[in-house]
Amino acid sequence: MKKSKHEWKSNGLPALVTVGPVAVILVFLVVLPLMYVAVMSFCSIDSYYNVVYKFTLRNYAQLADPDYIHIYLQSILIALLTTVICVLVAYPFAYLIARTKSRNKNLLYMLVIIPFWTNSLIRIYGWRTFLGTNGWLNNALIKLHMISEPLDMLFNRGTTVLGMVYCLIPFMVLPLYSSFEKLDVNLLEASADLGATKLKTLKEIIIPLTADGIFSGCIMIFIPCLGYFFVSDILGGGNADVIGNLIERQFQSGNNWPLGSALSIILIIITLLLVKAYQKIGGSMESLAL
Amino acid sequence: MTDIVELKKVNKVFGTNHVVSDLDLSVKEGEFLTLLGSSGCGKTTTLRMVAGFEEPTSGSIMVEGEAVGNKEPFERNVNTVFQSYALFPHMTIYDNIAYGLKMKKVKKSDIAQRVGEMLEMVQLQGYENRYPTQLSGGQKQRVAIARALINRPRVLLLDEPLGALDMKLRKQMQLELKRLQKKLNITFIYVTHDQEEAMTMSDRIGIMHDGILDQLGTPSEIYEHPATRFVATFIGETNIFDGAIHRIDKSIASVDIENGLISGQSDGSFDVGEYIAVSVRPEKMKLSKAPVEGFSLEGVVKDFIYIGSVMKCIVALQNGNEIRMERLAGEVLPGIGEKVYPYWDAQSAVLIHTKADTVFKTIENAPLAV
Repeated sequence: MKKSKHEWKSNGLPALVTVGPVAVILVFLVVLPLMYVAVMSFCSIDSYYNVVYKFTLRNYAQLADPDYIHIYLQSILIALLTTVICVLVAYPFAYLIARTKSRNKNLLYMLVIIPFWTNSLIRIYGWRTFLGTNGWLNNALIKLHMISEPLDMLFNRGTTVLGMVYCLIPFMVLPLYSSFEKLDVNLLEASADLGATKLKTLKEIIIPLTADGIFSGCIMIFIPCLGYFFVSDILGGGNADVIGNLIERQFQSGNNWPLGSALSIILIIITLLLVKAYQKIGGSMESLAL
Repeated sequence: MTDIVELKKVNKVFGTNHVVSDLDLSVKEGEFLTLLGSSGCGKTTTLRMVAGFEEPTSGSIMVEGEAVGNKEPFERNVNTVFQSYALFPHMTIYDNIAYGLKMKKVKKSDIAQRVGEMLEMVQLQGYENRYPTQLSGGQKQRVAIARALINRPRVLLLDEPLGALDMKLRKQMQLELKRLQKKLNITFIYVTHDQEEAMTMSDRIGIMHDGILDQLGTPSEIYEHPATRFVATFIGETNIFDGAIHRIDKSIASVDIENGLISGQSDGSFDVGEYIAVSVRPEKMKLSKAPVEGFSLEGVVKDFIYIGSVMKCIVALQNGNEIRMERLAGEVLPGIGEKVYPYWDAQSAVLIHTKADTVFKTIENAPLAV
């Protein structure tokens, strides 16, 4: 049977060869591990910390513990604060990069990209050293006689949020920059021509047309925040735990993999719900692919 | 008629690029003025300076008698129709058109009434709730015009608004725009590179070239009496002869060119010995079977081009240059290969001052090293 070129797409060997390898990787590295975690979440441990493979819902019941609820709410608070601050800081900056001409533009862009090349763990440790009671900032302020005793800046929610913002802000700048690049300058001129002040143009034209950038940036900040346990550990010192910390604890010191798995599944569900909500309000999935 | 827009010695420099040079332009109230020229001649930049999107490097711009200098676009009583329409994609047609009024905080009921009037004027009733992406090019065009005119500006600036439309629609829109302008009695300043469009619609045309305004005049003034070599060759077709004035007899000048002598009409501003160009439109060109007094041009008919309503005839002269003659199809013309003697009525030839004169005179008068 002779197959013409046009039948290529819908059947047979070509499709298998191109999609096959990716599918295999997805199955082994994503699907199977996820299934393992899901199964584990319904198991329990014995007194020797061995896993007992017997179906139980006790892990999920334990998640309703008031201590845990406190952590969930704290996570959401921290993630929200981080997201809002990122938007407020990244928006003008992305606008600036998009409007700058040639050479300076690349320079500004690099300012955002270079942090990607450095390990974020090390950078967060850097903040800890910088802000510590014997750290650079306190020493400088004391030397300048602006304070007499070192300020207690670490190990609270505020500093944790600062750390999160520091790590995640490129993820807000990039989609916003992309949105601003697509913004037709003629539209801003037309708006000015028709009687709008700069502020009105911002409200009526710029913000609505960059809304998709804002949305995808928000998703890309909020979700990781919930899991960024290392920032909470290093800068929060236990006072600013997020869901990620709970999970990490169960797998490390707690030795309770089933509980950790249950927490992981919950986090995955929250993530999926948020992405679904994002889609519902019209977010584009392509901009998330950043 | 007063001058509603006045540009005095306006210059605009972008980096090292001198885009507009010493521009003096006065636009009369109620007129349809077109700035015509090829890409990069400075016409769009000039328009943008009047609109307020660019600030002149030097010189002054007055609108309605007030110096606008660095006034924001929304502080001037002018509105712009952009080449790309620049309709707000996230707003309905209604909101697009109403935008200007909304910014002026006009009452909602008044807005509704005026938007309705505009839609009727541009014949887009019923399109209020559609979005720009759902409209065709011509429809977007009309929304852009409505959006600008609803603010009742004294001057409407149009930046090549018909550039993206197909030929038939363009011709239709040209007539509509002209009719609209006459009806509303608003001053239109129009920018285009299409000379036919400019000739059809304008009361006056300003031809721009390399940032300089070469000539400002009515379409017929520009066509019949081009002031510069560029204007002569840019508008329509013409035959150009370069030479020096040999003799002036009353108002007829005899000009020395490479092929001999020709005649043209002087307006009195020409001197004997001046280096000039002579422009003769193809439709004014005549061919004779025998030599004509005052003209020593000789040529051989080389080719014919049939355009339907006219026939163009190409004649090769002694020195190899070609000239074009145009006649209505149907007239008797010499055959290919025939020897002819081109001539014309002296009044039909236009003498043009050229820069060559300055160059040659400078060379002539330059002192020789002793």
